Amino acid sequence: MRREVIVIMKAFRIISRNIRDGFKSVGRNLSLSIASISCITITLLIVAIALVVSYNVESVTKRVKQDFTIVTFVDNAASKEQIDNLTERIKKLDNIDNITHETKKEIASEMRDTSDSLSAIIDTWTDETNPLYDTLLVKVKDTQKISNTAKEIRKLNLVKDVKYGQGMVESLLSVFSAVEKGILITMVALVLVTLFLITNTIKITIFSRKREIEIMRLVGASNFSIKQPFVIEGFVLGFLGAIIPMGLTIYGYSALYGHFNGQLFSPFIKLVAAEPFVYVVSLVLLVLGVVVGMFGSYNAVRKYLKI
Amino acid sequence: MEFIKFKNVDKTYKNGVNAVYNMNLEIKKGEFVFVIGASGSGKSTLIKMLYREEKPTNGEIYVGGINVARVKNSKVYKLRRKIGIVFQDYKLLPKLTVYENVAFALEIYGLPTDEVKRKVLKALDLVGLKSKVKSYPDQLSGGEQQRVAIARAIVNSPKLLICDEPTGNLDPDTSLEVMKVIEKINDLGTTIVMATHDREMVDKMKKRVVLLDNGKLVKDYEKGSYSNYEGV
Ligand SMILES: Nc1ncnc2c1ncn2[C@@H]1O[C@H](COP(=O)(O)OP(=O)(O)OP(=O)(O)O)[C@@H](O)[C@H]1O
Ligand SMILES: [Mg+2]
Repeated sequence: MRREVIVIMKAFRIISRNIRDGFKSVGRNLSLSIASISCITITLLIVAIALVVSYNVESVTKRVKQDFTIVTFVDNAASKEQIDNLTERIKKLDNIDNITHETKKEIASEMRDTSDSLSAIIDTWTDETNPLYDTLLVKVKDTQKISNTAKEIRKLNLVKDVKYGQGMVESLLSVFSAVEKGILITMVALVLVTLFLITNTIKITIFSRKREIEIMRLVGASNFSIKQPFVIEGFVLGFLGAIIPMGLTIYGYSALYGHFNGQLFSPFIKLVAAEPFVYVVSLVLLVLGVVVGMFGSYNAVRKYLKI
Repeated sequence: MEFIKFKNVDKTYKNGVNAVYNMNLEIKKGEFVFVIGASGSGKSTLIKMLYREEKPTNGEIYVGGINVARVKNSKVYKLRRKIGIVFQDYKLLPKLTVYENVAFALEIYGLPTDEVKRKVLKALDLVGLKSKVKSYPDQLSGGEQQRVAIARAIVNSPKLLICDEPTGNLDPDTSLEVMKVIEKINDLGTTIVMATHDREMVDKMKKRVVLLDNGKLVKDYEKGSYSNYEGV
């Protein structure tokens, strides 16, 4: 028990010394450290924007997809049984999630509620003169296949017409996925540039500390403890680089969300709620910054220390 | 039992230079051995093989029972912790004080601060520099800098102290001062292996002397039997 405590105390002292040295070293190579920190900051800012945008796109896409409905108009000649029969047949097709039946009476009364001038006209309709159609609102499981499903429904008897926002749906989805792809590529490229810059910063630190490393080796420092300060320096760079992007994410997005009242341009585009979203994003930024910093410096240590 | 043993050791560098050739040498615990020879005779190569900076091409080298040639790269540090090393150019860190330079060798062990302090002051006391703890290397004379380096080498109480021309940059008087310090360390039980050019000083010290010539051990003088004026 006592032995373990001593070992832990030793490890703790060594690590805390190395963290102190990590901060010192960042200060010693200030200009390069600032360059690396700025690079991490810029990368993480873009990552933050990318995360915010793509997460919002994702959530809008999800909602849009949920709202995609094949509106099936049923021939007025169809009886109640025939409509039920048609519903059953549609249900048996592939890719069907659920079906809701709206009678023309229900539709008429819904329309009547939306405006006074309409209600006057609609009130004059009887069951016979009602010009509307009974409709079946069909939700599909996979929106990518919505046009095929619509085609199949159209082929069925007693189906007057089928509507599902042809074209618009597909183009909207392809725009979304293009946006997401573009963001992803930019993000990967930036992370690589940052890694390269950090590797170079640490390389210069290593060169400026060649003598120190030589002496450490002579007095019997293990490879691990020689590497550790540099990796910790990378950690410090990553940590410092993450501060501004995290702050901007937390305060910026919350302010944006408040400013737009949680929706962009129309109720159709709802923003993701600020909390806990901003904290999750900041955490991702912090982890990414620290990991990139540590990996970049580990890379440099491996390459230039050859241990 | 011998503390250091070279058994049929050859060393050929990658460029084909034969630096050490079929060397056999035994050193007992607590001995003080000078390694002398002309420039290029292989003194530094011998020293480097002792602390496993270089590996022998053939043969075996034992230091305190460890087969040095077999020590893996990743485990070399364990060997180094048992050996103190001193060089001609001191290898001090200019931005650290005398105290910090010596403590540097202890930081890797993660000892508590008061224990570090006690050991560092003891080592500096031994080399006679306790009053200079706060000085920086460039505020010290060459001899003082070398004594700091010696303090750093022995702060962890190694069984073996190896020195490669520790007085190479020093004038005769200062050299002798440094030699006295090393002799004192030897008196406390540490085995010393020292490569040097300084035959005058070797003559005065009356220790065992090993003479190298072109990578071969040509003569092994027992303690006190070496004379600089031999054959003159
Ligand atoms: N790293 C190396 N690579 C190739 N050859 C080397 C290397 N180190 C030393 N040598 C060669 O090995 C031979 C012995 O060198 P070493 O340094 O051991 O001599 P020395 O006795 O220490 O000489 P000096 O008194 O000048 O320090 C020399 O011919 C030298 O050129
Ligand atoms: Mg030499």
